[in-house]
Amino acid sequence: MMEKIRDFIDAAGWPRLIIGLFLLSLFIAAPFVEVNLWTSLSDVIVRFGMWGILVLAMVPMVQGGCGLNFGLPLGIIAGLLGAVTSVEFQLTGLAGFLCAVAFAIPVAVFLGWGYGLLLNRVKGSEMTIALYVGFSSVAFMSMMWLLLPYKSQDMIWAYGGKGLRTTISVENYWYHSLNDLFTIQIGEHFYFPTGMILFFAIMCLLVWAFFHTKTGTAMTAAGSNPEYARASGVNVDKMRIISVILSTVLGAVGIIVYEQSFGFIQLYLGPFWMAFPAVAGILLGGASVHKATMVNVIVGTFLFQGILAMTPSVINNIIQTDMSETIRIIVSNGLILYALTRTITIKSAKVKK
Amino acid sequence: MPDDVLLKMKGINKEFFGNKVLTGVDLELKKGHVLGLVGENGAGKSTLMKILFGSKVIQETGGFTGEIEFDGKMVNFASPFDALDAGIGMVHQEFMLIPGFNAAENIQLNREITKSNFWVEIFGNRMSTLQMDKMIERSQKAINKVGIELDAKMLVSEMPVAHKQFTEIAREIDRDATKLLVLDEPTAVLTESEAEIMLNVVRRLADMGISVIFISHRLKEIMQICDELVVLRDGKLVQEVSVSETNPDQITEWMVGRDLNENKKAQKKKLVDENAETILNVSNLWVDMPGEHVRNVNLDIKKGEIFGIGGLAGQGKLGIANGIMGLYAAGGQVVFKGQPLELNNPRGSLDAGMAFVSEDRRGVGLLLEEPIDWNISFTAMQTQNKYIKTYLGGLIKWRDDKAIAKLANDYIKLLAIKCTSSRQLAKELSGGNQQKVCLAKAFAVKPELLFVSEPTRGIDVGAKQLVLDTLKNYNKEYGTTIVICSSELEELRSISDRIAIVSEGKIAGILSPDENLKKFGALMIEA
Repeated sequence: MMEKIRDFIDAAGWPRLIIGLFLLSLFIAAPFVEVNLWTSLSDVIVRFGMWGILVLAMVPMVQGGCGLNFGLPLGIIAGLLGAVTSVEFQLTGLAGFLCAVAFAIPVAVFLGWGYGLLLNRVKGSEMTIALYVGFSSVAFMSMMWLLLPYKSQDMIWAYGGKGLRTTISVENYWYHSLNDLFTIQIGEHFYFPTGMILFFAIMCLLVWAFFHTKTGTAMTAAGSNPEYARASGVNVDKMRIISVILSTVLGAVGIIVYEQSFGFIQLYLGPFWMAFPAVAGILLGGASVHKATMVNVIVGTFLFQGILAMTPSVINNIIQTDMSETIRIIVSNGLILYALTRTITIKSAKVKK
Repeated sequence: MPDDVLLKMKGINKEFFGNKVLTGVDLELKKGHVLGLVGENGAGKSTLMKILFGSKVIQETGGFTGEIEFDGKMVNFASPFDALDAGIGMVHQEFMLIPGFNAAENIQLNREITKSNFWVEIFGNRMSTLQMDKMIERSQKAINKVGIELDAKMLVSEMPVAHKQFTEIAREIDRDATKLLVLDEPTAVLTESEAEIMLNVVRRLADMGISVIFISHRLKEIMQICDELVVLRDGKLVQEVSVSETNPDQITEWMVGRDLNENKKAQKKKLVDENAETILNVSNLWVDMPGEHVRNVNLDIKKGEIFGIGGLAGQGKLGIANGIMGLYAAGGQVVFKGQPLELNNPRGSLDAGMAFVSEDRRGVGLLLEEPIDWNISFTAMQTQNKYIKTYLGGLIKWRDDKAIAKLANDYIKLLAIKCTSSRQLAKELSGGNQQKVCLAKAFAVKPELLFVSEPTRGIDVGAKQLVLDTLKNYNKEYGTTIVICSSELEELRSISDRIAIVSEGKIAGILSPDENLKKFGALMIEA
């Protein structure tokens, strides 16, 4: 029995166990501080669906050896362009959402390709450069949002008649187009966004499948040991570029899913800090800078978003102070710090004689 | 101890993890004498010097036994600092200089001439300022003592290699107490004329009364400047002799001739048919592989033979295979099966039907973080579309995990790889088993020509034999041509049909494995 417990702890890892227990204790504590358990659970699931694909966008680059995608804002910008274009064309409902995705993907491929070329020139310090790619692309787009010739009355500043607003509502277009697909409502308080979770599952399946193909295998090898891959005839630079493109495309799709649930497109500084919760999520899920799996994505997103959704309501009700932001910052940055300093530990081989 | 003896080492024994590297070495050095220390790679020269110098590695690996007497006192240095204080200077093979500092700053590092000021009273010596003019003056004196032309104000990063070497020597000389100087292959990186100056410097130092231990592979230099000579072989001192009483041939014999007579029993091998077709023709090959530069290699490899490439480390034997396989920048003509081969393209070499087992097992040979089955199947999968299922008319190339597992299990059985399962991670295997995985990876490609670099480096004796036998069997069974590079001559002689010796980036000669050892030695070391 003890052995089984130890094996489980080994497999799950302490950070997940601790956060998991903490999350569980929040759920248990919730009814006692007059927080509705069902609403909270629903909240957690919705946030899980919103962030899932953004966290998934970390996987290709990690596997391809480019490190964590701190340049996620670049993919998000592609997604934002797709979203505003879809709104500009007055597209509504599921069609509007899918068109936004369709508009975003070519942009993401192009931006990802350039981003990949850049990262190939800075091997060894990808993550630092990625961070600045993200930041500077946000700054550049802050100017572009003002200048791009969008005309829709719902999007431009009311007073000047030119330039896009910081926050654009998609309520009249494709708000909850995924969330409300096959949705399940139980009782008054519990709501399950079936369509969004399903879409996330399909995305996970696609990424999982990709890593079971020849190209996916080559990408994993290129990330694991570029010298080995090169000696085996793999074009490592090409694999890295493909991984960056995939990450950027997933980032673009992810933000559109996020927006349809959230209800707003946030331009300008909106994408600025988006990379950090996603990075923290996948690291919490047990991924390292070199390896990430679907399980890491799912577990990590659930735990991290669970904490974020539960702490404001429960903790604040307990201590009567707004601690949510503080806890969010401590958890997310602490996790990033923890994961980046972690060196690869060699598990001793368990050879049974 | 007579007055004129400076250093005496007695009965030095050293083990690394149960592996005896030095056994009962005795050594004596007189004041003002130059002692040459020679031996093959791994003979124990560096270890002996590390013991003398009190290196940390020695303490960390369990220390040593034996006595060292230096300048009339029994010593056992706990750290290199103690050795320095006692008056032993060492010039390493790799330069230990700060590139952004000039010669004077490097020479007097940590012994700077400083000036006291007001702040020193409060914060201590760390606040005192450097007296650059005096430092330069004193450095120049040390440099002059060495007897070379060198500007003390020159930045190390801008110096030619020889000057860096001289700066190191000047640094050791500048210490007033220096009585013994250890030079570890000081001429290896120098051109011939620079080496000449270097040798003069050494002689000059000896005349000044400083004893020198001179480690070199170049017997010519040893003959030229040393008074005495010590030959190490397999951790044992095989000869201690005055240089005037010997000659390069004899030294070579001492160095390599571990079983000059015993070796006659080596079984006669099939000699490859003289008329066998040439499978690989290499002409004017150069390869820019750091530490293993190939300058101009011309070779003909016959179909079906096992061709050995030997030579001392750093002479370029490893560069040949790495260059042909496209892993390092290379130039020249390589013709494989009558087709010219495009260099600098690893994929092209693999597609042509060649495979490579790298000497850098952990760096190039393995995906340490991935399981065994991936490691074995990857190259074949990527280059030959094996272990792939296709769907939608070839649009989707799905990895066939079942076929991969089967392949891995076949090789695990065939090569007796010790592991828990084919899914065990490569990093968890022992060195010998990792090497077997590397071989399996190459075999899985079913190459016509297989390059194997240092297949037995860092693995235990049992695994060594198995690896060599595997190669031999593979050659016999499939008629695969094998080119094997190794630092261990005995190993090459036991497996190869012909052996080429590489020296200074060129083929010094090609010999039959039954040839007299002296001839191999002579090719390896330009005497």
